[in-house]
Amino acid sequence: MKRVQFNNRFLPYLFLLPQMAVIVIFFYWPSIQAIQSSFYIEDPFGFGSTFVGLRNYHDALFGGDYLNIAVFTVWFTIVVTVLSLSIGLLLAVKADAILRGASAYKTALIAVYAVAPPAAGLIGSMFFDQHIGPFVKLVSYFGWDMKVGVNYYDTAFAMIFISVWKQIPYNFIFCLSGLQGIPVSVREAATIDCRSGFRRFWTVILPLLSPTAFFLLIINMTYSLFDTFGIVDTVVKDKAANNPVTLVYKIYLDGFRGNDLGGSSAQSVILMIVVFVLTIFQFRFLERRVHYG
Amino acid sequence: MLKKLSIAGLALVLSATSSFAATQITWWHGMSGHNGDVINEISKRFNASQTACELTPVSKGTYEEALAAGIAAFRSHQQPNILQVFDAGSATIINAKGAVIPAEDLIKKAGHPFDRSAFIEGVKYLYADKDGKFIGMPFNSSAPIMYINTDALKKAGVEAPKTWEEFEKIAPKLKEAGFVPLVQSQLTWEFTENFFARNNIQFASNNNGYDGAAGTTLNVTDPNHVMMYEKLKDWADKGWFGYYGAGWSDNQKVFEQNKAALWIGSSGSFGGLQKTAQMPFSADFLPYWGSIKGAGVHSFIGGAALFAMSGKPEAENNCTAAFFEFLTSPEIQVYWHENTGYVPVTKAAYELATKEGYYQKQPVAEVGIKQLLLPGGEWDKGYRLGFYPQIREVMEREYGRIFAGQTTVKDAMETIKKQGDEMLARFAKTAG
Repeated sequence: MKRVQFNNRFLPYLFLLPQMAVIVIFFYWPSIQAIQSSFYIEDPFGFGSTFVGLRNYHDALFGGDYLNIAVFTVWFTIVVTVLSLSIGLLLAVKADAILRGASAYKTALIAVYAVAPPAAGLIGSMFFDQHIGPFVKLVSYFGWDMKVGVNYYDTAFAMIFISVWKQIPYNFIFCLSGLQGIPVSVREAATIDCRSGFRRFWTVILPLLSPTAFFLLIINMTYSLFDTFGIVDTVVKDKAANNPVTLVYKIYLDGFRGNDLGGSSAQSVILMIVVFVLTIFQFRFLERRVHYG
Repeated sequence: MLKKLSIAGLALVLSATSSFAATQITWWHGMSGHNGDVINEISKRFNASQTACELTPVSKGTYEEALAAGIAAFRSHQQPNILQVFDAGSATIINAKGAVIPAEDLIKKAGHPFDRSAFIEGVKYLYADKDGKFIGMPFNSSAPIMYINTDALKKAGVEAPKTWEEFEKIAPKLKEAGFVPLVQSQLTWEFTENFFARNNIQFASNNNGYDGAAGTTLNVTDPNHVMMYEKLKDWADKGWFGYYGAGWSDNQKVFEQNKAALWIGSSGSFGGLQKTAQMPFSADFLPYWGSIKGAGVHSFIGGAALFAMSGKPEAENNCTAAFFEFLTSPEIQVYWHENTGYVPVTKAAYELATKEGYYQKQPVAEVGIKQLLLPGGEWDKGYRLGFYPQIREVMEREYGRIFAGQTTVKDAMETIKKQGDEMLARFAKTAG
């Protein structure tokens, strides 16, 4: 890589400043505030706060429905990540092989990415509506009495379905450009060595795609954990009741709906720690197996 | 071009200064769509009625969002003069001593008279302190009432029930006639809070929470309340009761589409239902249990109240008081009532609507207010419970589990009591 030299030693810092300012103002500062208020029980209007030590953490972890929600969030994250990544990759491999009308297929597949999560959630909740949803009508012929909003698993199914649908185009774009970045000579050499297309994919193409896949793995996990908020919110229609929700949604419910700032802060600190640990794990253990070519 | 622009600029400055002569006040509310339009119209009328004050209403989305926005604004000293807070959030704002100026004090200080007895019985207590002093100004008040699919009842050859015992008698016939006998839209409000009110049973300790936050506990494990939900579950199993989730409209839709015979909704649903219902309908009071002694008193009110936020200059507070006065005038109350379906909050407004013959044209519109005018009992004044929106969420979750067959009614109530009491204890700590 080419090194860029600056004449003034402060100039690079000046260029970094806007980015750093954004990170400090919108990430570090709120994080520190969250950590601070997680040790207090506070009146919503800010008249008085009582220091309670780790009480908020205890209440969050052992009170209410937190652990059930955490378990669901883990499942949700794994299923959404695996499904959207594998379907995105499959479509990319297939689209890569198409010669005629390729751009039409690609555009059709990518278009969904332009849909905002709440809009996707709205489309989805109509698709799965217990009274008018076409999907519900369809599966009723097969004896599935689907009731999103009433049945826990049906709602989970709808949430996962919409979240995956929304994320496939993103994975598709990256996988496709990753595939197109693999030199033709390498592919041709592989074709000469091995006749099985599946084995060629598994032993040659996939390892070469691993930097993209690793990047997408992290992006997809954060997507499932955080960005699906809008989808969860629209599917449960503002009333979680006995439906599954993710941890981020629970933080929102407690903090912004319930006005319990301390409890909500404690939960976001817990989530922050989890994501932090997860990221370290990914970079330390998974990245070693990534082939950067 | 430049000349035109400068004239336009001058005009803008002039109009701005002329309106600056009036004291500006703002009102944040959680209503949108049709009701939001009616609010804008009321504000316009207020501004036209006098020159000293100018009110700007701002929709902040839903009730919850309005409350959250008001709290965030208060913490950064940017609060509006008036904040609309819904029933379940009333403890949050009333217990925060110093966040609001009690409506009664505000109005008296501005030199207007204030007469508690001018308000109808059912709205007097929910936003008042334990001595009956109005903290919030009742604004959009509603009552849970029973809407009746008249054709369905005719087809089944039955009369609308007054009590749940009567409902049990007619339910099989309604089912036979091809209807879901009963649907509802919000179990927490209609079958828990108002179950306690209408059947005159204590909902929470410490005088339903009015005597202070410390040590307040829920009474949801009351045998009568448990019985209500065991009945509902039993009815659901028999096909007498349809549960379509915690969402309001998912349940209302079934009634609108002429598939259900009875729907427990809000008196405020009336306006919308007129447009969406595919069949003629009437309404009656929320049923109660004939077997419970002392039952049949009025219900709690739902909806929201207006709170005058503190930390504002006196001139603005006087304007807020003037607006509260304007809002409770019979003409405005009747306008609001007839256009939204919310009940009028003063007796004078009710009389005016009666005199105008509104209820002869629209008998359904009178059911809510009549229910709130029923004689009062000991436990139907209201409740004051902190973190109550969250407690409602716990209830919604457990009730959903009951109908999904994942828990028993007894266990569900125990869970609600345990988790609800924990939240109440947490809230008591915030109050310091």
